[in-house]
Amino acid sequence: MTVPTKRLSANTRKAGGDIPGDPGIWILIFGDMSVFAVLFGAFMYSRSRNSDAFAAAHEHLDVAIGTGNTLLLLTSSMLVALAVERSKPSRVQANGDRVAIRYLFVGALGCGVLFVCFKALEWSLLLRDGAAVGSNEYFSYYFMMTGTHLVHVLIGLVVLARLVSIARRPRYSRRNRRLFETGGLFWHMVDLLWVVLFALFYLVR
Amino acid sequence: MSSKAHERRIWIVWLILIAATLASSVLGLEQGAGAGRAVAVVIIGVALVKVYLIGMYFMEVRSAPTLLRRAFQLYVVLVFASLCFIDLMV
Repeated sequence: MTVPTKRLSANTRKAGGDIPGDPGIWILIFGDMSVFAVLFGAFMYSRSRNSDAFAAAHEHLDVAIGTGNTLLLLTSSMLVALAVERSKPSRVQANGDRVAIRYLFVGALGCGVLFVCFKALEWSLLLRDGAAVGSNEYFSYYFMMTGTHLVHVLIGLVVLARLVSIARRPRYSRRNRRLFETGGLFWHMVDLLWVVLFALFYLVR
Repeated sequence: MSSKAHERRIWIVWLILIAATLASSVLGLEQGAGAGRAVAVVIIGVALVKVYLIGMYFMEVRSAPTLLRRAFQLYVVLVFASLCFIDLMV
């Protein structure tokens, strides 16, 4: 019996391709994204009930630092996406390719470290001005949500450091490539959550 | 699509994300005191378009199984709709 190739390819396209990364990472990603979605909603609800106080507290945040940190995470995420793309088996991995992959992960790690430095600077300036958890509702949300996000960033940096060390290997196994994808997905989620945090805390008045 | 074309697409999406970030920062800084709620919807909308682009092109949800793709799209729509509802109605 001949396989109906046309129908098979159409079905494959409809059902989509392979799941990116380890399937388990998606449970973590959707779990984290759901928890943050509830926090986003809670923040917006409190803001609606107390808009003047939120608008006044919002003035203490430096939009330039927030924008810089967003650009850093977006760039970091892009470098990881490029590294994962270059590590695919369809790409011939000459020595130069592996060097490029390593440097892409190092660049992503560097952007992540800079993000943490700017965040530390920003927090220290805010604390100096008397803004802290409990100082008002806005800053309670701000420190709680950006603090939780920062923990994700720190975990992501450990993951990226591990990917840099794997990228030094002379050749990549299937498992190595899967790790690149899975670690990369976690880092993209960190980026994605920050994009919404940035909009809610720094831009919405 | 070739791997090189995928790489080019990643670069283009990054440029769009950077431009959207700068545009919404300007909008956030320039908004008048009375423009709060409507501007908020635009800022949240731009943020969720960015989330969508990161998911589709950096996380490769675009070529993932349908269930995963639909779940991601549903998340983006639900978050946008809920935040706008709270912003405009509560």
